[in-house]
Amino acid sequence: MMKERLQEIREKALEQINATDSLEKLQEVRVAFLGKKGELTEVLKGMKDVAPEDRPAVGQIVNDTRKSIEEVLEKAKKNLAASLREAQLKSEVIDVTLPAKKNNVGHSHPNTIALEEVEKIFIGMGYEVVEGPEVEFDYYNFEALNIPANHPAKDEQDTFYINDKIVLRTQTSSVQVHEMEKGKLPIKMISPGRVYRADEVDATHSPCFHQIEGMVIDENVTFADLKGTLAEWARQYFGPDTKVKFRPHHFPFTEPSAEMDVTCFKCGGKGCRMCKGEGWIEILGCGMVHPHVFEMSGIDKDKYTGFAFGIGLERIADLKREIDDMRLLYENDIRFLKQF
Amino acid sequence: MNTSLNWIKAMVPGLEDVSVQEFGDAMTLSGTKVESFESLDKNLEKIVIGQVESVEKHPDADKLVVCQVNVGTETVQIVTGAPNIPVGSSGQKVPVVLDGGRVAGGHDGGELPENGIKIKKGKLRGVESFGMMCAIEELGSSREFYPDAAEDGIYILPDDAVVGSDAIEYLGLHDTIYEYEITNNRVDCYSVIGIAREAAATFKKEFHPPVVTETGNNEKVEDYISVDIQDTELCKRYTARVVKNIKLAPSPKWMQLRLASAGIRPINNIVDITNYVMEEYGQPMHAYDLDTIAGKKIVVRRAAEGEKFETLDEQERILDDSMLMICDADKAIGLAGIMGGQNSKITDDVQTMLFEAATFDGTNIRKSTKKLGMRTDASGKFEKGLDPENALAAMNRACQLVEELGAGEVVGGVIDVYPKKKEQVRITFEPEKINKLLGTNVSVEEMMEYFGRLEIEYDKASNELVIPSFRQDLLRTADIAEEVARFFGYANIPTTLPSGNTTMGGISFAHTVENVAREIAQFCGFSQAMTYSFESPKVFDKLKIAEDDALRKTVVISNPLGEDFSIMRTLPINGMLTSLATNYNRRNKDVKLYEIATIYLPSENPEELPDERKQFTLGFFGDGDFFTMKGVVEEFFEKLGMTERVEYNPEAGKNFLHPGRQAKMSYQGVEIGYLGEVHPDVADTYGIGERAYLAVVDLPAILAFANFDRKYQGIAKFPAVSRDISMVMPKSVLVGEVEKIIEKRGGALLEKYELFDIYEGAQIKTGFKSVAYSISFRAKDRTLEDKDVSDIMEKILSDLSEIGIELRS
Repeated sequence: MMKERLQEIREKALEQINATDSLEKLQEVRVAFLGKKGELTEVLKGMKDVAPEDRPAVGQIVNDTRKSIEEVLEKAKKNLAASLREAQLKSEVIDVTLPAKKNNVGHSHPNTIALEEVEKIFIGMGYEVVEGPEVEFDYYNFEALNIPANHPAKDEQDTFYINDKIVLRTQTSSVQVHEMEKGKLPIKMISPGRVYRADEVDATHSPCFHQIEGMVIDENVTFADLKGTLAEWARQYFGPDTKVKFRPHHFPFTEPSAEMDVTCFKCGGKGCRMCKGEGWIEILGCGMVHPHVFEMSGIDKDKYTGFAFGIGLERIADLKREIDDMRLLYENDIRFLKQF
Repeated sequence: MNTSLNWIKAMVPGLEDVSVQEFGDAMTLSGTKVESFESLDKNLEKIVIGQVESVEKHPDADKLVVCQVNVGTETVQIVTGAPNIPVGSSGQKVPVVLDGGRVAGGHDGGELPENGIKIKKGKLRGVESFGMMCAIEELGSSREFYPDAAEDGIYILPDDAVVGSDAIEYLGLHDTIYEYEITNNRVDCYSVIGIAREAAATFKKEFHPPVVTETGNNEKVEDYISVDIQDTELCKRYTARVVKNIKLAPSPKWMQLRLASAGIRPINNIVDITNYVMEEYGQPMHAYDLDTIAGKKIVVRRAAEGEKFETLDEQERILDDSMLMICDADKAIGLAGIMGGQNSKITDDVQTMLFEAATFDGTNIRKSTKKLGMRTDASGKFEKGLDPENALAAMNRACQLVEELGAGEVVGGVIDVYPKKKEQVRITFEPEKINKLLGTNVSVEEMMEYFGRLEIEYDKASNELVIPSFRQDLLRTADIAEEVARFFGYANIPTTLPSGNTTMGGISFAHTVENVAREIAQFCGFSQAMTYSFESPKVFDKLKIAEDDALRKTVVISNPLGEDFSIMRTLPINGMLTSLATNYNRRNKDVKLYEIATIYLPSENPEELPDERKQFTLGFFGDGDFFTMKGVVEEFFEKLGMTERVEYNPEAGKNFLHPGRQAKMSYQGVEIGYLGEVHPDVADTYGIGERAYLAVVDLPAILAFANFDRKYQGIAKFPAVSRDISMVMPKSVLVGEVEKIIEKRGGALLEKYELFDIYEGAQIKTGFKSVAYSISFRAKDRTLEDKDVSDIMEKILSDLSEIGIELRS
């Protein structure tokens, strides 16, 4: 009698579970059968009417029934959850080609990008980055660099003067002298910064621009070291296939002096508009520190030798990025800056 | 310096087979840099000398004629419209470009097309024409250099032209002009001889400079003139010779052509000779009409202060006592090394002249030309500092040419006043030191071979190199090392890396702080600007800076490009506002810029350098407000480890900012910058049509506070307790005051506080605002009890009520 009843309950429960289509209803079914006032619980309450010797067997049947209803319920719940999740995912399809929500981060000035690349290369080779004043004593900008009074380079057309003794530096080479005067050797430094020349503003001139000075002073530094260092820098900055060419030149504060050309990074040396068909682009001036410069800075010229170089930052920054008008660099049009 | 290759080849015959490209490349690599070169005949093809046999009317065109022209191999028919070949004329010798040939340009002398103009046979108004007779402009030159060419029309050649021969050869246009960049240490290379000498050394060829012999009749120059140098510092040497019975005439074609190749216009034989020698030797010369010279005497002296003098360009010059004059017994006759006088210049009637080749002090000449605002070819050479040894050679070369050209009769003897002969330079020969400096292993023999090419001699007895006088740049072993390097070849020097001690690379702390500023700015959407360091003094008025403000004291450039670039900036915002305005005018939206801008604050003592300070300067218009800007600077301070409270004082006193929307920032009592909304007047002045915001942080001021050390603080294990307070306070009281109290009273348990509501209007009495804060407390080591927090809150509330802030019920 009890057995039939339990069988009945089980079948009824399964039927109801199968007919359920939501988690809430499933829960109702659980309560209806297994809850405190559920049908199965009611049956258990009738156990007191069962003969004591039959009780274990009936109890077993009740438990089995409960277990089997629970199993089915659990399975149904899983299935239902899975199909609900699936339906949810289906309903949440988005158009991934819709526009992104950007943070609009800002951009570095092309000069800075170039400078950081150069700094990174030289720091890797053990160079310290130092700075010096832009408004500078004539002595550091000229005299101590072997450019005595009345040298043509000092002509007023080129140099901005504050007074007889103070100028706007025309070259970052002035920092060389400050570093040498510190007397701490060896020296391995680069010094980026602003320099000034009295040039009217046009596409290729600006009265204010940037240079990166470099200098190494130690025992046994040679012109061959200068060549090797700059060739390595050029390969790292312009690309591994870059070749360099050194030509004799003249700077008052180096001897021997040279200018360095690199193979055109646009055409690779075949000749194009950028290199004016030459395949080479002039990049920097360099040389071995002049003995007279050592003498003036109090460094023993018989013990030490050194090399120095000066890179035009705008030149290397612009050439690499194909910026054809220097005025763009100081206008700060956001449409320009955002391209880098 | 521009020079013709043919002129060089005349002194270095071995260069005959060198191509124009090879020549340029090799010269550049040995140190005489070729900037560019151009072959004059690059677009001149199939051009011969023809002779007109007959000229007839064109049947259908009034302005055209039909010519039969003998071109040597045949007679061709050519139609032309040139006005100087009239109907019925014949016999003219002319350059003729044949069918299929090419000319350099049009007859109007306009800009030359890159590839010239191809000439083909064709019909002109129905009559066949098999070529073209050429004007000088069509050959790529002009009457300036070929003064005998017709002003308008075909170039009718002199009688000596040979019919059928190469017209380009005849006109000397089979030549290439090189433009050299001569560095200022190589004064000797501002001459054809100097470049030829370098070319000979570069190509290991023989060098044949002109052979000059002293010429002249048996008279004595001393009977004509004497020379007295009164200032031997400014005039190191003065040589003079006299030429009589002058016959002015055009100089010969070869001389005209060479002058033309250097861009010098031929005038007459005498002028051309002085110019020719100046090009060839690099030594300027001057010719005076001797009959205008009083007292048979030349005196070289300084001008009197304020002395007036008329130069031969008919300008009156006012001189000062630093300038050197050439004078006769009575008067000044020339401005030494710059320009002769109107009173002594060579005219068409000249009978006897005085040639001058002198050496003047370069610096003095340069200063004088600058003061006078006049620069001449001669002064341009002198100011480089010429070799006095060159003067006499040039003088004798000029007189030799006078005789060769039959331009006059040279009087015997030379006046040569040379008070202090230049000393020979000797440099100890140190081959090991040279190799050590270069990183090479060049043998002594090899070095000696280079020195031979350079005319440097070796004195074995003293182990010294004897430097030729024209090489004024060779003074030390380092200079000799460069000579060795040049001829060993820069390309052949090995490439190595320095082998010395390892050094640590890196950047300074200040540089690191700058990088953090840039990183934060860019993360917050600001792009990096760069603006000029100099600006106009008018900027201060534009920014409403008070008349007596210290910012108006600036570093002033004494020779600026113009007023707009005449002072070094003392505040960084003009550049920023200008850049914002540029963007606004170009209709760019939401523009955010920053600059690491240096300002220059003058020292009290003008002998000292100014204080250069880098200021992190931000500006924007568009999306955002004052608090957006405040957020950026706070992100920056936070990144620098500045964890204490930054004070914002609305009494910033910046006239260029909105009076109610500005703040001065200070940290631990030190002023570190300011921020605010741009004053609408200032925005109007700059032309920014939207609200704009600025912030300036003085980087040197915060350097002491920046710190990148971070220690792990643990992550909270115990719960926080939070309390919300809502209060009503007078509008004039800053919420910053509330925050100060919360911080002060909150003590160690205060974790954070946050303003979550601020409101004015309905339900709040006028002149007041409602402000609500959420304050949370937390202890590191325990769960807070109600009482802990209540005690603190009580103190906060009591302090608040002391400054008139009531809790909102």
